[in-house]
Amino acid sequence: MAGATTLSVHSRRRAKPRVITEPAWLRRTLILIALAFLGLFLVLPLVAVFSQALEKGIGVYFAAIREPDALAAIRLTLLIAAIAVPLNVAFGLAAAWAIAKFSFPGKNLLITLIDLPFSVSPVISGLIFVLLFGLQGWLGPFLREHDIKIIFALPGMVLATLFVTFPFVARELIPLMQEQGSEEEEAALVLGSSGLQTFWRVTLPNIKWGLLYGVILCNARAMGEFGAVSVVSGHIRGRTNTMPLHVEILYNEYNFAAAFAVASLLALLALATLALKKIAEGRVHGELAGDTDSTAA
Amino acid sequence: MSIQVRDITKTFGAFTALRDVTLEVPPGDLLALLGPSGSGKTTLLRIISGLEVPDSGQVLVHGEDVTDQPLRDRRVGFVFQHYALFRHMTVFENVAFGLRVRPRAERPSKAEIRERVMRLLQLVQLEQLTHRYPSQLSGGQRQRVALARALAVEPKILLLDEPFGALDAKVRKELRTWLRRLHDEIHVTSVFVTHDQEEALEVADRVVIMNEGRIEQVGSPEEVYHHPKTPFVYNFLGNVNLFHSRVENGKAYLGNTLIEVPKTGIHDSREAKVFIRPHLLNIERSQNGRTAFGARILHLNPAGPMVKVELETEWGDNILVELSQDRYRTLGLRKEEYVYVSPKEFQVYAEDYSI
Amino acid sequence: MAVKKHTVLPGFGLALGCTVLYLSLLVLIPIAGLLLRATSLSWMEFWEVVTSDRVLASFRISFLASLAAAGLNGVLGLVVAWVLVRYSFPLKGLVDGLVDLPFALPTAVAGISLTNLYSNSGWIGSRLEPLGIQVAYTPLGIVVALTFIGLPFVVRTLQPVLEDLDPEVEEAAASLGANRFQALRRVVIPSILPALLTGVALAFARAFGEYGSVVFISGNLPMRTEIAPLLIMTKLEQYDYAGATAIAVVMLLVSFSVLLFINLLTWWVRRGAARA
Repeated sequence: MAGATTLSVHSRRRAKPRVITEPAWLRRTLILIALAFLGLFLVLPLVAVFSQALEKGIGVYFAAIREPDALAAIRLTLLIAAIAVPLNVAFGLAAAWAIAKFSFPGKNLLITLIDLPFSVSPVISGLIFVLLFGLQGWLGPFLREHDIKIIFALPGMVLATLFVTFPFVARELIPLMQEQGSEEEEAALVLGSSGLQTFWRVTLPNIKWGLLYGVILCNARAMGEFGAVSVVSGHIRGRTNTMPLHVEILYNEYNFAAAFAVASLLALLALATLALKKIAEGRVHGELAGDTDSTAA
Repeated sequence: MSIQVRDITKTFGAFTALRDVTLEVPPGDLLALLGPSGSGKTTLLRIISGLEVPDSGQVLVHGEDVTDQPLRDRRVGFVFQHYALFRHMTVFENVAFGLRVRPRAERPSKAEIRERVMRLLQLVQLEQLTHRYPSQLSGGQRQRVALARALAVEPKILLLDEPFGALDAKVRKELRTWLRRLHDEIHVTSVFVTHDQEEALEVADRVVIMNEGRIEQVGSPEEVYHHPKTPFVYNFLGNVNLFHSRVENGKAYLGNTLIEVPKTGIHDSREAKVFIRPHLLNIERSQNGRTAFGARILHLNPAGPMVKVELETEWGDNILVELSQDRYRTLGLRKEEYVYVSPKEFQVYAEDYSI
Repeated sequence: MAVKKHTVLPGFGLALGCTVLYLSLLVLIPIAGLLLRATSLSWMEFWEVVTSDRVLASFRISFLASLAAAGLNGVLGLVVAWVLVRYSFPLKGLVDGLVDLPFALPTAVAGISLTNLYSNSGWIGSRLEPLGIQVAYTPLGIVVALTFIGLPFVVRTLQPVLEDLDPEVEEAAASLGANRFQALRRVVIPSILPALLTGVALAFARAFGEYGSVVFISGNLPMRTEIAPLLIMTKLEQYDYAGATAIAVVMLLVSFSVLLFINLLTWWVRRGAARA
């Protein structure tokens, strides 16, 4: 479903002065409508987060962040991202390599399956793991017998996070690698480099910004995921609470200042994500434009 | 080192790219694979390089069967059609790549690599551009980087896929002569693919003409141009007039005119094809007992080294004749005039059997 | 020569093997587990769950609110995309970058922030209250939250299409005597319609499954502001796995239908392009 996130990467901006356009009053009105809409729905909520977080003063703000449960939530969030992102990077690279560089039957089906998590509700993404590993799940009795805890524990939260974030890297890399083709890899192989050398020295440098772009999106979602993680977490304070879940708990306890304080950290993460994404986006264009095919003679 | 290709067959799904192709390239030769697109020439080149695996058959380099040898052990130089330069590496790094990826034991020292790369860049006249990236180079410069990169690994054989295909006409001509000279200098057995007959005839020692996955003819440029073995080759190399004819008693009919088929070997046939190149047709004012047929001038184009005359024969075919400017002035031809056309040289092919 | 297979590149088996294994463990088996679990219900039981008043009400509110939000995004997203592609104004780059905020901002953060804004004491809510408009804890609040999270889809789907639109076509229309409105209606709108529909469908699909941003602002009143994903959550908390599964299956069916619709749209556009 995040098809739209990647679409914009590959369009090349073209700014040409147009002779034929709408009358000035209409242009101004449309710009005003657009800005009002974005201001109301994007800017205002963002501003509200920070203003609410600081409403009771900077002292309360830092106290809320330094509080042990908050710190535990931050640690857990970082831990989950640190596990999920590298795994999904590995998966994304493998999937993109297979799909972009080879042709085989069932390729389109595979691409559809990779996109699947985008069209599944986060709650269902959590539910499927509860049904597998929960007490009443398929593997529940077995897990209880061997005293393995997956649901309401870290493994379950990692699984749910992996599920919702795994398309990001693959989706970003597949079109990029398809467009770049395989000639450079072939050239490297003819020149005597091994498969691994070819990957490290030729493929990876060519896709590094696209990869970074995917990692940024993957990471943002991994740290911010709420619904799926909420289902499998069990909300045990200080143990299975991630930052978004901690925000929920604080909010439901009417501890608004603290809730917004933790939320502001996540909002900062979002802003950093957007900034990095913008930079990576420009570089991905470069990776495509450096294409030797496009500019002959 | 010599290259031998034996009974190579390659299919892609339902499409047969090569059927039972056998070819030998003597050491030090510069050979052109010439043919229309889809004729299998690029596939053959990729199979020789090891980039493609044949369904059956063998490739031998210097007498050694390399068909199943992994790519990295083959030491072939391959220049890709679109150069395939590593876009994130400078010119220097591109050329050094093949040396740097060698196993530690075989890898030359840094100084050696540097020296060898610089020598190659001098050879291709790019020593000023070592720190540029491929995107900062012109097409011709990229082409030369690609060549230097391929030569850096001291290849046993050099393969070039449409080496001038992506360049504009002027650069193309320059690089052509340059490649010829370079080959004379380094003398490594080379094969290049092209669909441009002029390019093949001008640059190569020998030309292989391919069509629909088969080799039609192998020979020196002179041989294939003047003695084409098959109608396809005749047709493919240069302009040609085709006459549908029949052969009776050793004579072929051009309309109602009979022409003597030289030598032996051609038997009577209801379906024969007569090929005559435009410059091997003469225009006369009168028949004068010559073997000639009548035709009406449709169009005259005197611009260029030769004058191109389009005519309609008495039986209604359109043909092209090329005359020297002198001859054109002597004759004083005009549009709509009725003249006589006589063949100087021609080739007859009857029922797939040629003389 | 057009036929090219990259047989010499190494690692195909390994890459594909890893991909399929990972995909199977993480996606296929869990989803198959869900569908299998649903079959353990008899048809009658399943029907009873999904047609109970509370479940039906939750589907209705989820569906209608998502539709309203997607529709709103369709109209305003078109304006935003148009303005971003066609006009220039100060800070355009920043505004353009900000459009992706809903992708980057965790839904829980968006949820509490919107709730705060639209509650009776909030910046917007306090101004709407005198007018008798209540947003937070009403279906309207759900629409607001779903509009927020669906906002990038329409804009980002439309932008590249608008950029690729050949200005010559509009110029041709103008040269043939069409006024600006006619040119837009007859030339521009038809050529961006598939992308617009795709964007709206994507926004709808995302909204239909959304949980985090809605639960705070909706108030979660059964029969009135309880969305379907929340009901799955509630059933799970009551250990009613069968009930949760039944609702999940229906939601998956809706998602897959939207997915199918989008694929058909893409196919339709490609076929059109091929014909042209």
